[in-house]
Amino acid sequence: MNGSVEDWREGGFGLYVHWPFCLAKCPYCDFNSHVWREVDQKRWREALLAEMRVMHARAPGRPVDTVFFGGGTPSLMPAETVAALIREADRLWGLSSTVEITLEANPTSVEAERFRGYSEAGVNRVSMGVQALNDRDLKALGRTHSAAEARAAFDVARSVFDRVSFDLIYARSGQTEDAWRDELREAIDMAIDHLSLYQLTIEPGTRFADLYDLGKLSVPEDDAAATLYEATQEICEAAGMPAYEVSNHARPSAESQHNRLYWRYGDYAGVGPGAHGRLTRPSGRFATETIRDPSAWMIQVEGQGDGLASVAPVTSQEQAAEMLMMGLRLTEGVRLDRYARLSGEEISQKRLHPLAEDGFIEIDSGQLRVTDAGRPVLNAVLRALLA
Amino acid sequence: MTDLSHIRNFSIVAHIDHGKSTLADRLIQTTGALSDREMKAQVLDSMDLERERGITIKAQTVRLRYKAKNGEDYILNLIDTPGHVDFAYEVSRSMLAVEGSLLVVDASQGVEAQTLANVYQAIDADHEIVSVLNKIDLPAAEPERVSEQIEDVIGIDASDAVHISAKTGLGIEDVLEAIVERLPAPSGDRDAPLKALLVDSWYDAYLGVVVLVRVVDGVLKQGQKNRMMSKNDYYPIDRVGVCIPKMMTIDELGPGELGFITASIKQVSDTRVGDTITEERRQTEEPLPGFKPAQPVVFCGIFPVDSAEFENLRDAMEKLALNDASFSHEMETSAALGFGFRCGFLGLLHLEIIRERLEREYNIDLITTAPSVVYHVYTTDGGMIEMHNPADMPDPVKIDHIEEPWIQANILVPDDYLGDVLKLCQERRGVQQDLTYAGSRAMANYKLPLNEVVFDFYDRLKSITKGYASFDYQIDGYEMGDLVRMSILVNDEPVDALSTIVHRSQAERRGRAMCEKLKELIPMHMFKVPIQAAIGGRIIARETVRALRKDVTAKCYGGDVTRKRKLLEKQQAGKKKMRQFGKVEIPQEAFINALKMDN
Repeated sequence: MNGSVEDWREGGFGLYVHWPFCLAKCPYCDFNSHVWREVDQKRWREALLAEMRVMHARAPGRPVDTVFFGGGTPSLMPAETVAALIREADRLWGLSSTVEITLEANPTSVEAERFRGYSEAGVNRVSMGVQALNDRDLKALGRTHSAAEARAAFDVARSVFDRVSFDLIYARSGQTEDAWRDELREAIDMAIDHLSLYQLTIEPGTRFADLYDLGKLSVPEDDAAATLYEATQEICEAAGMPAYEVSNHARPSAESQHNRLYWRYGDYAGVGPGAHGRLTRPSGRFATETIRDPSAWMIQVEGQGDGLASVAPVTSQEQAAEMLMMGLRLTEGVRLDRYARLSGEEISQKRLHPLAEDGFIEIDSGQLRVTDAGRPVLNAVLRALLA
Repeated sequence: MTDLSHIRNFSIVAHIDHGKSTLADRLIQTTGALSDREMKAQVLDSMDLERERGITIKAQTVRLRYKAKNGEDYILNLIDTPGHVDFAYEVSRSMLAVEGSLLVVDASQGVEAQTLANVYQAIDADHEIVSVLNKIDLPAAEPERVSEQIEDVIGIDASDAVHISAKTGLGIEDVLEAIVERLPAPSGDRDAPLKALLVDSWYDAYLGVVVLVRVVDGVLKQGQKNRMMSKNDYYPIDRVGVCIPKMMTIDELGPGELGFITASIKQVSDTRVGDTITEERRQTEEPLPGFKPAQPVVFCGIFPVDSAEFENLRDAMEKLALNDASFSHEMETSAALGFGFRCGFLGLLHLEIIRERLEREYNIDLITTAPSVVYHVYTTDGGMIEMHNPADMPDPVKIDHIEEPWIQANILVPDDYLGDVLKLCQERRGVQQDLTYAGSRAMANYKLPLNEVVFDFYDRLKSITKGYASFDYQIDGYEMGDLVRMSILVNDEPVDALSTIVHRSQAERRGRAMCEKLKELIPMHMFKVPIQAAIGGRIIARETVRALRKDVTAKCYGGDVTRKRKLLEKQQAGKKKMRQFGKVEIPQEAFINALKMDN
């Protein structure tokens, strides 16, 4: 391995907890989610706590900057489970004084009832999967809530939490530019300071992928998707919520700390079925991954304390590539010297120069950034940089 | 040793798929030359490629023993010749080695263009011809009509054609009897000085160069010191033998006999098809009609996809050239494709065969550039350059005029498609020479520039006639033409490997087609990529590959890092299969596919 082992402080440290259960599977979602009739809450709480202890043993001695409860649908978790996990993280690592604790929530009335409990448990930010602001599209996306219900749940959330964000999916089947512009303006009126706006993509293994392959589903692609993306940037910027990442918009200092930690290529411990982690140890950086299947994960955790499926070293060169791939998603970009330290060599001028000349990237005091022109074609920029 | 009157030498003339190889197999089987266990379909086509494509590349012989109905034992020597026009010269030499031919025609399909070309060579060689109607068992067989067609089109009597089914074995005995009864015995003088025809030669890993010969006069024996008359090369004969079809050494080959010799000859290129072999001590006074070296007519560049494979490609080409004197190769450098070779071939099929053998037998991925013919460029200073690479075109001000090769083409086509075929020939600057009808089929004889034919003529002909047309040609000669070099510019940079020589009248059509094709083949870049066709400084066609507008992963979080990195690595690996040209990456297949025009 070339390069030196990076200090974990370079990107900070976060904790991710995966709750793999949903009431129904959304047709576009390829996340590790499962629909179970009954979940033994006590058993799951104990298992998640047990695995968190194993992760702590692998990466001790660093305060937790961020915690994120993702899923699945973590807003189906009993508040006491959330509370127990946060308490245990504080006991093991210690939570930093500015810790951000986010929980993903479905915008239904049932879940809104639990918000108070989550807040008491220590959650200080909620990210809601609103996805669309009209019932027709919500139905097409397989969501079980209505637009009115989502707004009501959002209102409850903002009465409980200081920080509330929500997600929308665009480039839906049949969505016109005008319709999206109207909907996005509505969303901005509703939003506080953070919005995640994702282009709908057809992921393998989903119901949408089956329909798409059969020709029964079409979504705006290429030019049409590019037009919707451009409209998104324009409207959000005008509203003072520019993109700080490809799909994430926030007022200054309202960015999601946890997600930014991924993009800044920090360390994170992943707890729960199918959770990933990146942990820096004295011997190098490791990628961890747990068993995806909830039952199999549970059996292994109860047998040996963790549900790890693999712990693989990540070479410095791979880290350099990952750092660049993640970091250039951010408007702030990456430090070139960090890349050079990891990869053992600098990105050559031969690669940088043409991209800079064509206005896809810019370099300012050692910071490499992708421009507004480069971001929509980031994958091509990365291919050119890493070739 | 066999008495001349009990020898019959013959070849089989047929269009591809009309059953030549199957009939040969049947003859071998019926005469018991090979046991059933040893028979594999199409014994004579020994190269895999030959068997697969059903074509014969090298001439081969087989000696059959046959006890005729008259009670006498006969030796029948079958010579299997290449059927394709690319190898016309080899065919003509093989024809001179035998006295008769079986003309095999599919009783349901009738006479095809390739049959014509070969049967005329048999007629030129003064052969006695026995017509054989094959596939007589098919419901669509029309033996009477086809016999009539043979008489009308070829002008030989087919009233006593032998009706067979090579597949079922029906009529095979009748063929053998017809060979004995109707084909003439060879003549020759055993006591005269040795005079033998060099029919073909090939390289055998164990025996070295093996030479196929036909003894005309005298006797060929082991130990004899012989001379190849076109050069003053002398070789002591190591082995004399016959193929039955396994190679078997015998003591000697007498007049009228066909067999092989080996004589520690190092390279196939030391042997010349058509040469006369005689004895050093007692030389024949009259050599056989002359030897003509094979002239490559079609050229193209062949480059390794992976430049590290260049040395392997060189080795492979040298090995292939050992066995194929008509294949030429010379090192070439291209700005777009790196180091490679400029190669010469007898025709497009020959090109295809060599390319496939390089890829298949030597496992090298190749990029083949557009085939080109040999132009005669007359310069203003009175010189003449044989140009077979568009890159070698001199400065236009130094060119007086350019001549290009023309062919005489025979096209046989069902009536229904004739209109489209005539239109195609006209489009390709063809000049009609003759148009005749035989039944429901027309035979069009055209003069065509070879340049138009190597481009995509076959493919177009095949597609407009749904594969029903057959086509054959011979080189006619050189004629002056208004020829220009068309360059292709990608992102304003000329790509040498894509430049072609075209007739001025065709330039715009070709340029447009090429740009349209490249537009499909060049992937979107982060910037728009103009593709232009130009003659000199004048742009004659233009297309643009639009710039990529969106290529970014919408969602990428902690769990996606490894997966997304691997995806990126995979794309990087895919990029290595592209050729970087300025800022533009051109996929390898673009170089080949740009010249293939679909409809």
